[in-house]
Amino acid sequence: MSDPRRIEGLSNSIGSWTEEVEKKIKKHPERKDSFANTSGIPVNRLYSPLDCRDMDYLEDIGLPGEFPFTRGVQPTMYRGRLWTMRQYAGFASAAESNRRYKYLLDQGQTGLSVAFDLPTQIGYDSDHDIAVGEVGKVGVAIDSLEDMETLFDGIPLDKVSTSMTINAPAAILLAMYMAVAEKQGVSTEKLRGTIQNDILKEYSSRGTYIFPPKPSMRIITDSFSFCEKNVPLWNTISISGYHMREAGCTAVQEVAFTMANGIAYVQAALDAGLDVDAFGPRLAFFFCCHLDFFEEVAKFRAARRLWAGIMKKRFGAENPRSMMIRFHTQTAGCTLTAQQPKNNIMRVAFQALAAVLGGTQSLHTNSMDEALCLPTEESVQIALRTQQVIAYELGVTDTVDPMAGSYYLERLTDEIYERSVEYIERIDKMGGAVAAIEKGYIQKEIQDSAFKYQREIEEEKRIVVGLNKYKGEAVSSAEILRVDPAVRVAQVDKLKRLREKRDNRKVEQALLDLKKGGEGRDENLVPLMLDAVKAYATLGEICDVLRGVFGEYRPSGTFGG
Amino acid sequence: MNKERRIRVLAAKPGLDGHDRGIKVVISALMDVGMEVIYAGLRQTPAQIVEAAIQEDADVIALSSLSGAHDYLFPKVMEMLRERQCDDILVIGGGIIPEADIPEMKEAGVAEIFGPGTDTRDIISFIRERVKK
Repeated sequence: MSDPRRIEGLSNSIGSWTEEVEKKIKKHPERKDSFANTSGIPVNRLYSPLDCRDMDYLEDIGLPGEFPFTRGVQPTMYRGRLWTMRQYAGFASAAESNRRYKYLLDQGQTGLSVAFDLPTQIGYDSDHDIAVGEVGKVGVAIDSLEDMETLFDGIPLDKVSTSMTINAPAAILLAMYMAVAEKQGVSTEKLRGTIQNDILKEYSSRGTYIFPPKPSMRIITDSFSFCEKNVPLWNTISISGYHMREAGCTAVQEVAFTMANGIAYVQAALDAGLDVDAFGPRLAFFFCCHLDFFEEVAKFRAARRLWAGIMKKRFGAENPRSMMIRFHTQTAGCTLTAQQPKNNIMRVAFQALAAVLGGTQSLHTNSMDEALCLPTEESVQIALRTQQVIAYELGVTDTVDPMAGSYYLERLTDEIYERSVEYIERIDKMGGAVAAIEKGYIQKEIQDSAFKYQREIEEEKRIVVGLNKYKGEAVSSAEILRVDPAVRVAQVDKLKRLREKRDNRKVEQALLDLKKGGEGRDENLVPLMLDAVKAYATLGEICDVLRGVFGEYRPSGTFGG
Repeated sequence: MNKERRIRVLAAKPGLDGHDRGIKVVISALMDVGMEVIYAGLRQTPAQIVEAAIQEDADVIALSSLSGAHDYLFPKVMEMLRERQCDDILVIGGGIIPEADIPEMKEAGVAEIFGPGTDTRDIISFIRERVKK
């Protein structure tokens, strides 16, 4: 579309077409005065070659597997290998979660994803006062290596890849995973998986922080350099937009804030003396997949293009693998309703399809009952089958980035890209992601978007089927999954027995060594954590040592920052 | 014109759950209609919540929990309010609270549970009906 006469010709045709349409609209108005997506980007009635006339295919869109990776990070994408079907799971005890993992693997899931309970995520043992009521509720309770061994009992760690949603104590859980592997006779060089390890989004939107930002960054960069040498196939971080999106931000904000956090991590690693092309290839990402179908597909493509540019131009990466975003996606939990929960099956299906068309490497599909509880076996099976139907029956996996070339989609990809760049520049001016979080800027942006979204629902400007339109019966009281409070009792008992049978002198020494390591600057903390977990120090004991050294994060403003 | 004292609300997240989108939306909605809201934030113990409510002279306590720990935490708050003889404070809750748990919460003294899909206007009218200034 470069010939000016053809552009003029098309422009004129569209102009007259628009005039005609606008006459008709006077009698038969459109459904709304204006249309926009969740990011506030106006959605036009029509997109045409005119919208893409300044685009250069090779430079801006490119080829899959090549910079800037807009069309995907692998040249064959799903023709070569399908995305990993990785359902987030875990609840109650390690034994019960182990059973669920075996069920999911049996049903055709291709990777494991561990959900830990809140005490575990925040570095408290199950017998801590603050853990009452929380043990095993939102994930599995892991108090020590003993629990970890049970969790992976009968699951060969050289045959599966495991993603662990753990942040503040991520390195400790990785150490436990390595210790389990060692007992299985599997070398750490074979281990494949991910630790989320993304503390910045915890401060702004998820809340499972322990230590303040600086020491947290130290632990993270220690994990980068440790894994580079010892666990080379491991994804050391999953830089996440999912949680910020779930907290209410828009698609553009999701991309921008994730990129900003990514920039902060890369900078911290460089400041710690690491080589960008050594740790770069092992950075992974995690995005949400929300309801506006085209916005989501465009978002993933824009994110790939953005990160590629950031790594290459800002950080001077030379290895193309450092420039590729490999990402996991989860369908948007916040869009699911407690009312008419079966509608959620459809929502998840469409969201999953958008993620696949967006080129995700790994996918979790929510179960229909997740606005109410953790998934039952039946509902998680439907969620998994959703992915399998997309993979095998629709034909969408037979070509790479099939939506490329859509005038709407390419225009939208550019819009999201440009608006994200603006946000990143603003955050840069504030001093980067950590500063933006400390100022409360990120939190306020997220909060304002969330409030706007709620208002739109209440004013019926945004329809939620079954909630503000086509309402039906009250919230379902169908069979839901419940976690037995006896789980906590059992964990407390286990801890007591563990402390009796382990070599407490070894534990003491290991914790002392960890304390010294934490107080110093030069020692990598991961080997010290490994020694502690192997001595069966509990997660709480290890974190308490680190709390002693690093202090605890205290959010400054509460509301509005 | 009669100057009415504004309704004061203490909002808090008891326990370890860090999902604060809902409570922040509720706070915004309440502030929008002129209520004074103090947000105690995350990781509040029942004791801290009760203490804050008393210090802040709150008419209402709004609790949010999505981690399933409401079964322990909400009744604990009510118990401590009774101990301090402050159970005239209106307590409402929200988050992920199974339908089946609601009667138990109400028996413990929580006035109402506003779960997923709640319209904030319903919370506002509920509070206004019950807190007379």
